[in-house]
Amino acid sequence: METPEQIRDRLLARFPGAEITVVPNPGTAAQHSLLLGAAHARALAEFLRDDATLRLDQCSNVTGIDWPEKEIVETTKVATPDPANPAGPPKVVEQKTKRLQPGCLEVVYHLYSISLRHGPVILRLRTGNRTDQAAVPSLTPVWRSCEFQEREIFDLFGVTFDGHPDLRRILMWDEFTDHPMRRDYVEPDDYEWEPTPHGTVLEKAKAHYPAPPPAAGAPAQGATP
Amino acid sequence: MSVSDLSAPPAGSPGSRVREVHDSFHGDLLEVSMGPHHPSTHGVFRMIVTLDGETIVKLKPVFGYLHRNHEKLGENVTYLGSMPYTDRLDYLSSMTNNWAYALAVEKLAGQAVPERAEYVRVILAELTRLLNHTCLAGFLMQDCGCSGTPLMYAFREREYILDLFESLSGSRMMCNYQRFGGCRVDPSADWLAGAQKLTDRYGVFLDEFETLLTGNEIIMARTQGVGKLPPALAIGAGVTGPMLRASGVNYDLRKVDAYGVYPRFDFRVPLGDHGDVYDRYMIRVLEMRESIKILQQALAGLPGGPIMDPKAKLRSFRPKAGEAYGRIEGPKGEIGFYLLSDGSPNPYRYRIRPPSFINLTILEDMCLGHTVADAVIILGSVDIVLGEVDR
Repeated sequence: METPEQIRDRLLARFPGAEITVVPNPGTAAQHSLLLGAAHARALAEFLRDDATLRLDQCSNVTGIDWPEKEIVETTKVATPDPANPAGPPKVVEQKTKRLQPGCLEVVYHLYSISLRHGPVILRLRTGNRTDQAAVPSLTPVWRSCEFQEREIFDLFGVTFDGHPDLRRILMWDEFTDHPMRRDYVEPDDYEWEPTPHGTVLEKAKAHYPAPPPAAGAPAQGATP
Repeated sequence: MSVSDLSAPPAGSPGSRVREVHDSFHGDLLEVSMGPHHPSTHGVFRMIVTLDGETIVKLKPVFGYLHRNHEKLGENVTYLGSMPYTDRLDYLSSMTNNWAYALAVEKLAGQAVPERAEYVRVILAELTRLLNHTCLAGFLMQDCGCSGTPLMYAFREREYILDLFESLSGSRMMCNYQRFGGCRVDPSADWLAGAQKLTDRYGVFLDEFETLLTGNEIIMARTQGVGKLPPALAIGAGVTGPMLRASGVNYDLRKVDAYGVYPRFDFRVPLGDHGDVYDRYMIRVLEMRESIKILQQALAGLPGGPIMDPKAKLRSFRPKAGEAYGRIEGPKGEIGFYLLSDGSPNPYRYRIRPPSFINLTILEDMCLGHTVADAVIILGSVDIVLGEVDR
C-alpha cells in the first residue's frame, strides 16, 4: 500500500487547494495519519473510497480525542549586561515565557479496504476550538458505518457533524447537557439525588418543585408564611 | 379518511399493499416501543418500531441503558487496570476481548509474545468462538419460537467450555487472563487433556445439534429470505464478522491480518450466498467446524517454553508516546482497541471498536417490510451483547 506521503501527494495533485498534513506517529506502531482541512474533507474521503488503487471501502473505527487548552512554559536563556560590572561578562538570566496552546477536538477515522485487503489509512479532522467552532463535516454520506459512531462522538465529546442525517444523543439520555468524555468534565454532585419529602430534605426539595400556576382571584398557594 | 389516500403503499414497505378497508383506523401507523425489557432484545435494548398493520415501516434503535462510560474508566486506570474491564464488554467472549486489548497494547509498546502464549491464545480464542456461536444458535432458536430445548442443549455445551476457562483463569466468564507479552498462567497437562477431550467430542454435539435444526422444515420456512443484507451495504455499513461473511464477502481478519500464529493453521472461511437469517445461522455452524479443526492443530502443535515474555513489564508500565490501533477477529466481528499514549501510566485515550454496536447500524434496513416477529429473529441473528453495545 502507498505511504501516507504518497497518498497526500496524489490527493494534492487531484485537489490543489486542499489542506493535507501528514501527522507522524512517534510510537512503535508507526501508523501515521493524514490531517484533512474541513473544507475538502468530504471530497477527499469520497476520492479515497472510489480510487482504484486504494479502494478504502470500509471505515472501521471512528473516535474522538479531546485536546484541552494547554499552558506551555518555555525557558530561554537571555544574556544581559551585568549592571554591577558593565565591562565584565554578561549575566545569563533564565526567562520563562508562558504560551497558551489553543485546544481542539479531533476526530480520527480508521479506513481499510475489504476488496484489496489493505489498511489502515488514518484520517484526522480537527475543530477550530472546543466551544463555538466545534464542528467538522460528517463522513456518514461516504461511509454508512460512521452513522452511530459519529453520533456517539457528538454525544460524548460535543463535536457537531455537519451533514449527518440523524445527529442525536445516542448513549446518554436526550435531556443530558454536558459531554462526559471531555477531559475537563465534572460530574454533577447531585447526580442521582432525589428529594424525599421529610424534614430538612423537604425544604431543600421545594427549590426543585415547579412553581404552581397562579389561581385567578385567589391568593397564590404557599404565599402565607 | 378517504379511500384514495390508502391506495398507495407507505414509503419503505416494499411489496405490501394496503387493504382498502373503510374504517377510520385504517392507514394509521402504530408506534410500538419494543424493550428495553423485552426478552428477545438480549438485554436492555430498545427498538421504536413504527408499524403499518404488522409491517415495519420505520425502526429506530435506542441505546444506553447499560452505559457506564467504559472509555472514561479506561483513561483513569493504568493499562493493566483496564484488562479486567474488557471482560465486561462482551461477557460471552472475554478471552477474545482480552486478546484484542493485549494486542493493541503490544502494538503500542512494541512488545513481543512467546510462541507458547500465541498458541494458548489461539486455543482460547477458538474455544470462545465455539462458546459464542453455540449460544447464538441457541438464542436464535429461542427467538424463532423453539422454546427452551435448543437453548438448553447449547448451554450444556457452553458450561463444559466455561469449566475449562474456570480451571485455567479462576473465573467462568470474567477471565482476565491475557497479559501484555503473554498469558497469566501456564495451562497444565491436565487442562490440555481436558481441552483435547472437549475438542474431540464437540463435533459429535454439533452433529446432533444440526440433525435437529439445520434441515428442519419449520426453521427453514421461518428464516430463509428474512432480513437479507446485500454485500455492498454490509461493507459500507462497517458490518464485520459472521454477518459480513453470511452476505458472501470473503473477509476474515484471521486470514487478512494474519495476527498471532493463525497463518500456521489450515482452515477455510465459510461464506453465505443469500445473506439472510438462515445463512447467518449456517455460517456460525460452519465456523464452529473450522474452529474445531484449528483447535486440533493448535493442541497438537503446542510448543514448550515460557508463557510470558521475561522482559515484559506489568507494573509501572509506561509505553512511550504514540498511538496504535489493534484489531482481531472476535466471534461477533472485528473487535479493535485504539490507544493513544502520552508517556504516562494511563492511556490518554482508550477507545473500543465494538463489533455488535456497529453491526446494528443496518438493523433498520434489514427489518423494513418485515413483520415484528421477523425483527426479533433478525436482531437475534445480528448477535449483540449489550455490555458491548452500550459500554
